Amino acid sequence: MSFYGLVDGTEASLKKYLGSLSGVDQVGADARAAMLSTRSIKTTSKRWAIDTAITMVDLTTLEGADTPGKVKALCTKAVRPDPTDPSVPSVGAVCVYNDMVEIARTHLDLIGGQHVGVAAVSTAFPSGRASMAVKIQDTKDAIEAGASEIDMVIDRGAFLSGQYIEVFDEIVKIREVCGSKAHLKVIFETGELVTYDNVRKASFLAMAAGADFIKTSTGKVAPAATASVVLVMLEAVRDFYAMTQVRIGVKPAGGIRNTKDAIKQLVLVNETAGPEWLKPSLFRIGASALLNDLLMQRMKIDDGYYASPQYVTID
Amino acid sequence: MEEKLSFEYAPAPESRALVTIKPKYGHFIGGKFVAGSKHFPTINPATEEVLSQISLAGKTDVDAAVKAARKAYTITWSKMSGKERGKYLFRIARIMQEHSREFAVLETLDNGKPIRESRDVDIPLAAAHFFYHAGWADKLEYAGLGTTPKAHGVAGQIIPWNFPLLMLAWKVAPALAAGNTVVLKPAETTSLTALLFAEVCQQAELPAGVVNIVTGDGSTGALIVNHPGIDKIAFTGSTEVGKIIARAVAPTNKSVTLELGGKAANIIFEDAAIDESIEGIVNGIFFNQGHVCCAGSRLILQESVAEEVIEKLKNRMAKIRVGDPMDKNTDLGAINSNDQLLKIRELSAAGDTEGAQRWSAPCELPGKGFWFAPTIFTGVTQAHRIAREEIFGPVLSVLTFRTPQEAIDKANNTPFGLSAGIWSEKGSKVLWASQQLRAGVIWTNTFNKFDPTSPFGGYKESGWGREGGRHGLSAYLKGVSHE
Repeated sequence: MSFYGLVDGTEASLKKYLGSLSGVDQVGADARAAMLSTRSIKTTSKRWAIDTAITMVDLTTLEGADTPGKVKALCTKAVRPDPTDPSVPSVGAVCVYNDMVEIARTHLDLIGGQHVGVAAVSTAFPSGRASMAVKIQDTKDAIEAGASEIDMVIDRGAFLSGQYIEVFDEIVKIREVCGSKAHLKVIFETGELVTYDNVRKASFLAMAAGADFIKTSTGKVAPAATASVVLVMLEAVRDFYAMTQVRIGVKPAGGIRNTKDAIKQLVLVNETAGPEWLKPSLFRIGASALLNDLLMQRMKIDDGYYASPQYVTID
Repeated sequence: MEEKLSFEYAPAPESRALVTIKPKYGHFIGGKFVAGSKHFPTINPATEEVLSQISLAGKTDVDAAVKAARKAYTITWSKMSGKERGKYLFRIARIMQEHSREFAVLETLDNGKPIRESRDVDIPLAAAHFFYHAGWADKLEYAGLGTTPKAHGVAGQIIPWNFPLLMLAWKVAPALAAGNTVVLKPAETTSLTALLFAEVCQQAELPAGVVNIVTGDGSTGALIVNHPGIDKIAFTGSTEVGKIIARAVAPTNKSVTLELGGKAANIIFEDAAIDESIEGIVNGIFFNQGHVCCAGSRLILQESVAEEVIEKLKNRMAKIRVGDPMDKNTDLGAINSNDQLLKIRELSAAGDTEGAQRWSAPCELPGKGFWFAPTIFTGVTQAHRIAREEIFGPVLSVLTFRTPQEAIDKANNTPFGLSAGIWSEKGSKVLWASQQLRAGVIWTNTFNKFDPTSPFGGYKESGWGREGGRHGLSAYLKGVSHE
């Protein structure tokens, strides 16, 4: 693998590459994210943002209590978020555990949702604490079952103890398993990496190792997709594009529950990475409750009033 | 869904209906609004619409204001306990907060600055200055001037147009806390928020004559500076006028503080956090259209990162939203006046003539009003006019350096010394550089941050004295040993 010519796969070259990155000033990054969150998005631009956000949702259920019935319901919602309004677009993908992938794929195909992807969380999600053999098998299983996207977690323990090469090698191996069959999203669990310097470092590490997307969180740890963390990741994909001419996607996940939050994310994308990233192939939002709030706000714009929550389906 | 790549923000204007602007204003003297004789128009610099007619105070008006201030000082304000004075200041601060949207809209209409800035910076900070100084009013014995510091008496205060209400707060709050009464003159182009502040004083039931506001141009300012009934002069504005004032008060007993021009160095070392430095550069020079005396107008860039920083800066500048100041998404508003616009154009043209490379953000400027696109000049050296003279607009001069000492030498090689910025992730370098720089305010890894507790003021031709904090307060007091 060429790693874009940035590293040669050795620990020395990886250290050199990561060492060349500029630091992130936490206060400054927070201030920029806070400023962008004051943008006032109204009327036509709000409507456009809502529809765009719907196409970017990775509609997610990652519970121990997930059943085939629950997953099928999620798939139905993903294809037709509002059964009364066919102009509402489908979401980007559904995101489920490994063993639910086949059920999701089959059901989506059955109901005309061939265009909706299935993302499987992988590599011993959410902790990442398993042997490499298990992680590889986990990923293989998901792809064989029909997953078109793999959301892998990095080994935060290795990252925090400075074993960057281990993290790098794991991503490279999972990338190989994915091949051309599945897009690879790499989850950092930024709530455990904590510093923005770490987030920037993890971003460049994952991108060089072959990630198609970099993703903030599992949704199991707080804080998750804060505006500042997403800002730092968007700066990273922008800078990586300047270096390689390759656009890597970004997926915030966890804590984005309402339309306001989602629109703030789109503003961050628009003014940081740029409008080229404002499409589901380069920006996704991992969420569950968000979709219904987007639908409610969409109805409000069209009808002029807030409908009762009973007008949107619970799953 | 049709794939549309551009996320256009629909207009999001703040409501103008929040303010009522009278067709004509007088002066605020002795607690009452009194009619003026001569008037001049005040306009919205974003549209050139005439907003109102402002009175031009002459000798009679200034005499009346000084007389009212003296009377209030003698009879009421100097007799009142600090605790009671503090009560009025707290009350003013709270009323300003209650009317903050009104103040923000009025400031933006009259000044041209974006509503986002008047709403999030000017007005909250102005209120914060009153809150801060309200707390000092009954604690003056801790100001470092002995156990019984005294007020000067009547303070004459002349403020600029770049932060009209905020500069009023910087001047009025410490003066009142220390026990002075004031005669204040707002800038000719931006009187409206000062006149709204006069209404706040009325609502707060501030004793008549403690605050007097006379409007006018430089001739009114001269009447204040030369008035024999005034004990202290506080001026914020150009170095040129500051020198005239210094000469005028030199043979008198007046105390004086001057907050003047600047040509601040914003130094980016190669080990800076680059993305946040870009934000700091933008905030340093494009905040308030660059109408900031402490603006980071000279970017001093380490050569090893110069190319990367300039490229990133240009990309970032292309995203600055220039236009209607009343739109909540506007980042850069109108130039305050045609005179100022001409000055910015003249100095920028000098940059071209002297061989610097001009680059302006590709943005559409409105047809009416006074506008200047965010601009940088690269290839600037110490010998360029645009590296020496204050432009007071959204124009950045970029210079480079090779070693830390060279950065300091260039930063200090100016008659000014108001502020400076240092960007580095290396603490030891930051501490070293901050000790070498001759500037009153030094920001590290940030820029244009203001707080009432922090003294602000300049070295060299950037001014005399400090405003804010204990140092600023002491400018309105004299120790007993001075008596």
